[in-house]
Amino acid sequence: MKKNQTIPELIWQFFSSVKLAVYTLVLLAATSVIGTIILQNGTPQQYLREYGAAVYNVIKVFNIDDMYRAWWFLALLVILCINIVVCSIERLSTTWKIIFPKKIKFNPDRFRKQKNLETYSVNKNAPTLYNDYETLLSKTIGKVIKEETQTGAIMYAESGRWTRMGVYVVHLSIILLLIGALIGSFFGFKANLNLDEGATSDTAFIAKKREPVNIGFSIRCNDFNVKFYDTGAPEEFKSNLTIIENGKESFTKDILVNHPLRYKGINIFQSSYGSGKPDIVVFDIIRQSDKSVTSQTIKIGEEIQLPDAQGLFKLQGFLPHYDFRGNNLGEAFIGKITFKDAKEIQIAIPIKFPTFDKMRKGTFAFVAKEFEQKYYTGLQITKDPGVWYVYAGFILMIIGCWITFFMSHQSLFIEIEKIDENSSKISISGTTNRNNQGMKLKIKKIVTKLKDI
Amino acid sequence: MNSSLALSLATFIYGLSSVFYIGSFAFKKQILAKPGFIVLVIGFLSNTAGIIIRWIESHQMGYGYAPFSNMYESLVFFSWAIAVLYIFVELKYKENIIGMFATPLIFLAIAYASLSPDISSKISPLIPALKSNWLIAHVITCFLGYAGFALAFGFSIIYFVKSKNSDAASIFAKLPSWDLIDELTYQMVVFGFLFLTIGIITGAVWANSAWGTYWSWDPKETWSLITWFIYAIFLHLRMMRGWHGKNLAWVSIIGFMAVMFTYFGVNFLLSGLHSYG
Ligand code: HEM
Repeated sequence: MKKNQTIPELIWQFFSSVKLAVYTLVLLAATSVIGTIILQNGTPQQYLREYGAAVYNVIKVFNIDDMYRAWWFLALLVILCINIVVCSIERLSTTWKIIFPKKIKFNPDRFRKQKNLETYSVNKNAPTLYNDYETLLSKTIGKVIKEETQTGAIMYAESGRWTRMGVYVVHLSIILLLIGALIGSFFGFKANLNLDEGATSDTAFIAKKREPVNIGFSIRCNDFNVKFYDTGAPEEFKSNLTIIENGKESFTKDILVNHPLRYKGINIFQSSYGSGKPDIVVFDIIRQSDKSVTSQTIKIGEEIQLPDAQGLFKLQGFLPHYDFRGNNLGEAFIGKITFKDAKEIQIAIPIKFPTFDKMRKGTFAFVAKEFEQKYYTGLQITKDPGVWYVYAGFILMIIGCWITFFMSHQSLFIEIEKIDENSSKISISGTTNRNNQGMKLKIKKIVTKLKDI
Repeated sequence: MNSSLALSLATFIYGLSSVFYIGSFAFKKQILAKPGFIVLVIGFLSNTAGIIIRWIESHQMGYGYAPFSNMYESLVFFSWAIAVLYIFVELKYKENIIGMFATPLIFLAIAYASLSPDISSKISPLIPALKSNWLIAHVITCFLGYAGFALAFGFSIIYFVKSKNSDAASIFAKLPSWDLIDELTYQMVVFGFLFLTIGIITGAVWANSAWGTYWSWDPKETWSLITWFIYAIFLHLRMMRGWHGKNLAWVSIIGFMAVMFTYFGVNFLLSGLHSYG
């Protein structure tokens, strides 16, 4: 380290080192593990149960319950960004001079000492070879610079200087990704909306926090369909949605999983579904004494007369998960019987267990016979204005990696020396900024081609 | 011919190929590596046929999906990817003994798929979220990436088998020089890194088209990012800090452990969105 550096210089130097990049990446990799082991975004009770009060305090202090948004994790990302920017600025001026030199120069002695140097001799006069060699070199590499020497000639050709920019493209792409992510987290949201068939809403609820968010227009679910395979696994969910703006129907569209609706910066995804409450139900009412059956059609909220004027039955509602002594019996109807003597009892009629109400041992048993299965559609509603930066970053990253990894700046050097009138000595070598083995193989290939001439 | 027959055959042939390669090293008979290569190529053809036939079978059963959708299929494709990459390396670099460090990996992946009782080879229909062309691109690129890392891992092991200057008479002398191993390991990491990058990106694009978020810190996503960081560290250490040889080989080995954890550990130990490899 040089003496007498000012503090800003020291800071600049700190951020321009690749050592810092390695340490930051190690820390990012190591700390990212934490969030895959410790539950994220759980409730305080969950943490207390799992880890106890002492550990929970540590979790709270370091925001480990939401660690990928914790200040220290974001700080690591910011350090990475500054590191990339400073380091790139540091090196760009050197790289720039290499990529756009005033004049292309080469040092023959450097090539004569290359490890990959190949030599052989041919039984031809040196000058007769110049043309063919030059043509082949310019065809396989690029424009040839040829100089005559006392003993013969040297030729130099190169390609791919610009590929040295590839690394900068990769690093730029990382900055774009982080900018995009930042924009998304400030100006975007991710929310859920459950809509019964026929229902309309303009408000979704932010995932995790359950805060309402206005979408800017209304969505009506006209219809929801689910198709199953023979195995019983779901094959396809489909919602038919209508977008309503300022009270007017704008358009109608089907959405499926993987085929969302995107409108005015809002993305609407099919994410789940569930049973909504049916309107009309047909019940069999069985008189327990003689097993005689009466069928009755009832709407939810409606009250009917029991057979033999025994009393009244009111269908009160529908439960998606009926809990019976700690067991989830699934979907069930809930009703109330009012007997002649004004005694009231509450009954449940689970759809999957038709004999359930019999066990009550009342005068009548109820079985839900037919009803129209209704669903609600589970929509995920997101907005992310940063996504285009992220996608641009993705594309640049792939292009940048491709250039850096598979393309290189290659220079090739051929020297033709006259031995006597009928023979010459040929030397070939090359340099490259990466993939020396590939260069070696390339030289061998060119040698066989040249020997064929 | 059905797919499970073709794939069982491929497993057996890959096993045979490993035996040839290991034999050629153990008995110092380079001649044995030649049939090893031919057998490997036959195994590879059988593996390819198995994948194609399975694709057709899924259509005949009426589900019609590309066979890259569950743990079994991903392992079969993993073998295929390591095989195709290794065949390319051997043809390009004309080094055959290193097959000893590649063919066992090819064999183990597909053998694990066929033999493990936890992995079902049944063709079953896809859940709606998996029906996407992005899924196909995602799985193919991820596994090409993993294949690159697997070979980098195999080649890294050579550093610990062969000392820097083994004398010509020892059986290790037939192994490539440290310079060449370094080059090979690096090329494999580079290949893996590029494809893992594309794999993570196609996964993100797919997630964005299925759930509306390109990144949700799901354990599998996070672990693939951790793996990606480790190989980025590898590249920077090699480029900038001049790391070579055993030190760098350790980074590649740690990287491959992360790949294995991303692939299996996350499924068996952590919970998340990904139902398979
Ligand atoms: C996630 C973050 C990063 C990724 C994915 C990344 C990616 C890469 C890649 C792919 C290469 C080319 C390696 C090779 O040629 O084999 C590279 C080189 C390099 N990276 Fe990074 N990088 C990251 C962060 C950084 C940071 C923070 C710095 C800050 C100092 C940095 C500095 C460099 C330098 C100096 C080179 C060598 C450039 C050259 O060849 O001239 N990188 N990086």
